[in-house]
Amino acid sequence: MAFHADSARIPTLRPVVVTGAGILTSMGTGMLENAAGFRAGRTAFRPVDLFDVSRQRVGTAGQAGLPAAAPVGVDQRAWQRMDRGTRMAFIAAQEALAAAGLSAGERMPLTIGTSAAAMALGESYFMHAVDGLSRRGQFRRVETYQPQYQMTAMMRALGIQGPLRIISNACASGANAIGHAYQMVSEGKAERVLAGGYDALSQLVFAGFDTLQALSPSGIPRPFDAARDGLALGEGAGFVVVESLESARARGVPPLAQILSYAAATDTHHLTQPHPDGDAALRTMTAATHRAGLQPQEIGYINSHGTGTPLNDVAEGRAIQRWAGAATPEIRVSSTKSSIGHLLGGAGAVESVICLLALEGQWLPASLNVREADPVVTFDLIRAPREARVETALTNSFGFGGANATLIFRREVKP
Amino acid sequence: MTAPRLTLTGTGAVTSAGWGIEALMSALASGTPLAPGELVRERPGRPPVISRVLRVPAPEASTSLPKNPRLRRVSPISKYAAAAAVEAVGPQRMALANEGALRIGVVCALMNGCVNYSNRFFGEVRHDPSVASPILFPETVFNAPSSHLSAILASHAPNDTIVGDGAEFFTALEIATEWLLRGDCDGCVVVALEEMDWLSAEALAMYSRGYVASEGAAAIYLELDGQGPRLLAVPDPVLLGQGVDRAAALRLLVNASGSYDEGRTLLSDSRSGVARYDRAESEVFANWRGPRMSIRRILGESLGASSGIQCVAAVEALRRGQADQALVVAMGGNEQVAGCLLARD
Repeated sequence: MAFHADSARIPTLRPVVVTGAGILTSMGTGMLENAAGFRAGRTAFRPVDLFDVSRQRVGTAGQAGLPAAAPVGVDQRAWQRMDRGTRMAFIAAQEALAAAGLSAGERMPLTIGTSAAAMALGESYFMHAVDGLSRRGQFRRVETYQPQYQMTAMMRALGIQGPLRIISNACASGANAIGHAYQMVSEGKAERVLAGGYDALSQLVFAGFDTLQALSPSGIPRPFDAARDGLALGEGAGFVVVESLESARARGVPPLAQILSYAAATDTHHLTQPHPDGDAALRTMTAATHRAGLQPQEIGYINSHGTGTPLNDVAEGRAIQRWAGAATPEIRVSSTKSSIGHLLGGAGAVESVICLLALEGQWLPASLNVREADPVVTFDLIRAPREARVETALTNSFGFGGANATLIFRREVKP
Repeated sequence: MTAPRLTLTGTGAVTSAGWGIEALMSALASGTPLAPGELVRERPGRPPVISRVLRVPAPEASTSLPKNPRLRRVSPISKYAAAAAVEAVGPQRMALANEGALRIGVVCALMNGCVNYSNRFFGEVRHDPSVASPILFPETVFNAPSSHLSAILASHAPNDTIVGDGAEFFTALEIATEWLLRGDCDGCVVVALEEMDWLSAEALAMYSRGYVASEGAAAIYLELDGQGPRLLAVPDPVLLGQGVDRAAALRLLVNASGSYDEGRTLLSDSRSGVARYDRAESEVFANWRGPRMSIRRILGESLGASSGIQCVAAVEALRRGQADQALVVAMGGNEQVAGCLLARD
């Protein structure tokens, strides 16, 4: 948001709430389907049929279902030009805006996280060029492959006028996007921001994780299991309308939850491996709880990054232990990636929305498929969905390259 | 209470003119477009595809490319970004950062990213995914270069990579101002970066055969109340394609940039020599009375890096007393018109 030296100031903060949310994952489309699925402890993996996986070690993922036709009110040609990820983003964003009681024509910023963006269109451009096929359609592929083309098209379809900020911090992108939105609103630079994250499955990324041997050969991720053997990829989108409490009250819209804090830090240990003791995770969790004015034992639920890879889970577990200290056994933790896979740039946003569902419904989603918990699990690992009183939820996101982010939400809204 | 001053206290560049700020400013001072070379893609049984390009020359021994294990296997884009960032940060701040005494945030802005490794990796995947190199894949991720920068700077401060069209650099500048005012970091290096290969060069030619594809990186180090030119304004970018034509969008941006004395203000614009894409700037600034530079006409079109190079060149011009203020504007391809207003210290 604009900077002008004459009015530059050290920011003061105001309360920020979420007034609408939307979600699309392999579990289903919309808040209701996803709440039902997570509450029932379902997993949503299936064979990938979007591209050839016959020569990969793994052939399944959390592939989402998408409507073939454009949603009502969306121009069919515009829909055709949107890539798979943008379509998922559109559906989730539209749900969030509707829930917030907002209609087209809003001048509001969009902050969005993605890692792969419209990768499948880039792959198509590459294949047409290399295979010496007709140049017909190549310009369109080049143009529509670009993330900003896709996102400005989505904004037009939603009737949102911007500005636009696309954050690509790998698997933390979605959390960073909501964090940026939170900061814009809390510091008075915007009254409301549409924020979220998305990523669709693509061959390059799928093969990339497979070459790193990061995918679970069984296709069933087991975050925090002692014998976990990797992650499963997923796809989808999560969106929230981040708004000042003052604005929400003025519009008469009941908030879903309050955003208490956001923190980001960088893990410089390795490009693809976290610091073994979770140093950067500890930094963001500590900063976020400090900014929220909370103690670790006041966090009612942690939606962990919990990929199911050997290195990630132990690093995050150690960070939780160091952060919570003596309160560790009380800390309730799960990884919803066990149900829908790792949504990469969309993960942080989707998992934020899952936290909102848990706060609203007073239940906790589970880390499924755990047979024997890893020794690092000295916290309360939620192995089956449960009804629970939960007032605050914290979500962690850690990305390739060391982008770490933590967000904290509270059910009760306080000025 | 006086408003904090956002100062641009360091610059760095790697361009088709060479490694370092001096190479950039010498090329711009000459005013002569660099001579493009050819990038030839051979195709079995078919004529080759030839693209006009301006590549970054091989580094000389005196370049600021740091010796860091992170840079051993990286794509050229990370080397360009590292050299530009280290030049902008400077040796004294580098030492402080490595002692843990200076928290340096990193914001990278790009459009195309690590295309060399993406190209190679996807080619391997199509050939046989079971032997595709796991070394390549992590370097294909948009934020790989910025991760390397934080590692080189030994900094745990925030690190963001943002993606957009060729005018995205200004949003990165704005993010840096937020972090500095909030106290998230002590200083922030903002980097615009791109690398080239046949994929991106041929893609650019689809927009116009008049473009010369280029590559490189530009970096600016910002801090509060330092020595050097000041950042006066970064207006919100004006989105294209929302019922406003490109010239009108540019006028909106210029009006939102604040006031300046045109005769003493340097205009650093984004004209590339392709008339149809230059039209808005040619029209809006037809009677510009101050000095003017169009770096793309000399260095080629380096996508997300170009607007950073525009900005770095403007900061250097202010430092060298060539103007009192600088208006930097960039017409992005398919997202936005963006810019900033700078002043000499």
